[in-house]
Amino acid sequence: MPERSVVVGSTVGLHARPAALLVQAAASQPVPVSIAKKDGDFVDARSILMVIGLDARGGDEVVLRAEGDGADAALDAVATVVAENHDSGK
Amino acid sequence: MGNTIAGTPVSTGIAVAPIARLAPPPGLPADSGPEADIAAAIENAQRALNAVADELGARASATSGPASDVLFAQSMMPRDPSLAIQIKAQLEQGKSLPHAVTGAFGVFRAALEAAGGYLAERAADLDDLNNRTIAELLGLPMPGIPNPGHPFILVASDLAPADTAMLDTKQVLGIITELGGPTSHTAILAKSLGIPAIVACSDATALVDGTTVLLDGASGKIRIEPSPAEIEGATAHAEQLARALAKSSGPGKTADGVPVKLLVNLGAPHELDAAAAADSEGVGLLRTEFLYLSKVTAPTVAEQTESYARVFDAFSGRKVVVRTLDAGADKPLKFVDHGHEENPALGVRGLRLTKRHPEMLTDQLAAIAAAASKGDADVWVMAPMVATPREAAEFAAAAHEHGLRTAGTMVEVPAAALRAHQVLEGCDFASIGTNDLGQYTMAADRMQGELAELLDPWQPALLELVHLTAQAGKDTGKPVGVCGEAASDPLLALVLVGLGVTSLSMAPSSIPAVRVTLAAHSLAQCSELAKLALTAADAAEARQLVSDASQSIA
Repeated sequence: MPERSVVVGSTVGLHARPAALLVQAAASQPVPVSIAKKDGDFVDARSILMVIGLDARGGDEVVLRAEGDGADAALDAVATVVAENHDSGK
Repeated sequence: MGNTIAGTPVSTGIAVAPIARLAPPPGLPADSGPEADIAAAIENAQRALNAVADELGARASATSGPASDVLFAQSMMPRDPSLAIQIKAQLEQGKSLPHAVTGAFGVFRAALEAAGGYLAERAADLDDLNNRTIAELLGLPMPGIPNPGHPFILVASDLAPADTAMLDTKQVLGIITELGGPTSHTAILAKSLGIPAIVACSDATALVDGTTVLLDGASGKIRIEPSPAEIEGATAHAEQLARALAKSSGPGKTADGVPVKLLVNLGAPHELDAAAAADSEGVGLLRTEFLYLSKVTAPTVAEQTESYARVFDAFSGRKVVVRTLDAGADKPLKFVDHGHEENPALGVRGLRLTKRHPEMLTDQLAAIAAAASKGDADVWVMAPMVATPREAAEFAAAAHEHGLRTAGTMVEVPAAALRAHQVLEGCDFASIGTNDLGQYTMAADRMQGELAELLDPWQPALLELVHLTAQAGKDTGKPVGVCGEAASDPLLALVLVGLGVTSLSMAPSSIPAVRVTLAAHSLAQCSELAKLALTAADAAEARQLVSDASQSIA
């Protein structure tokens, strides 16, 4: 199954705005995308509650996974959002 | 004529308006058992969740900054597909709809609580979402900030971050809470918004919606149904104070000319410009944690030097007191193994980390010294969590070795205050951190809202320790300052000066009121007020005695 490893770019981690943006990106893909912390369990990247519950911090490595038509493009799109620094005002 | 009730004043200013009460969270009706039509129940739940999401989404886009970020994420939660799956599962187990919704939120709440730290704090946000959804389902008033259609004084048992994030300062003229303390979320927020506020006012439960009150955020008094003369008096007083504040400038001193340095606390790089622009004699407390907290690896000496140099540049010609790293307890570092501590506030934190990681302190001192040598700020350093004279002397020796001339001790552990003579013999000055000293003196966790009264900086036991330390300073000829919330309360500032404190460090916005109040009192008057405060049985009485006896115009 296609996977991407990405380092979380936002200092606050996948909480607040960065988590919300990730979930929005995942929800707009044609295939389901799941996310895990390195060596952790995968959860639905379209669920804000599950994503925040991962407690991924800035600098942590996370793995994205998707399957089906357009999986690679979906992973690229979501990975970009994870890698970017979304912290406001910093 | 009305009567007067009182609470703990946390944000100064005068407000007169009718009160409006924050609607309480809806109660959960008894579980009426399985829903006859589960599909319809799911649809009903989704409708309520969407309504809640829409409202929060609108609030998120109407605000900005960190509050907006939290609201934005929160507004997505009701539409979370995992939540819908949980609600369906709970309905299928035979729960009634309100119980299925509460049960589903509860599953995620438990997961966040189990994760601890930042996530555990978010658990309260889920409670808020749950309450809103239940209110929507049951057709009850939405919990949260009321909208009576005119400016009002908000009364609540306590305020959640989600409530306060959206406070409209044109509508909410004042805040009264029944719970909370001087260090609570409400207090900090009200101060930053400039809304007069009183917390821990248990009598506020009896206030009826629409009753006009006169709130005095300086004294903590609330006059119910004030007379026109009382309103006029209070307003004139507030205007007089505002004029005096606008005119005040220059170094702090008492009415008889005894200098008291007025300094600012500085904790994050983005505060630097505003702090440097304030009319102060320098920085009384530069917190250095910001350099470390977000880091995955220790910052290099060069990196640190650059950060300190920016501060010293901004305060060129003024004094800057740098506190070395105060990590551990509520401020863990990612690149340090703090181990597991049952009670981290009593554990290996602050200076105590030096034994495990000596290079952290030597790197920091080297960086501070390098930055200090480049500019002409008067750079002092001090160590947090010192408990014994030996620790103070060892720290001072290390700082001197790095070429830093003035090295002192934070006094935030009662042991250091009790042995202040010996502590000051081995170093150059002391700075009292009233928040931590209060926590350790009263054995009351700073994060524990229920214990707010014990953490009140007016506690006579705390003032007694300040007195001991300040007297030791006088005897040894070394300066003793106060940095912390206590210094920003103009009335308490008089008491601290009366106890012998020679500098006060506070938020930049608090300086004018302290300067004006101080200038209206002689040192002898301050000493009298200090004596009065020490005779009090508790914090409320101390504040009352001093307030009645002072000729404070603040």
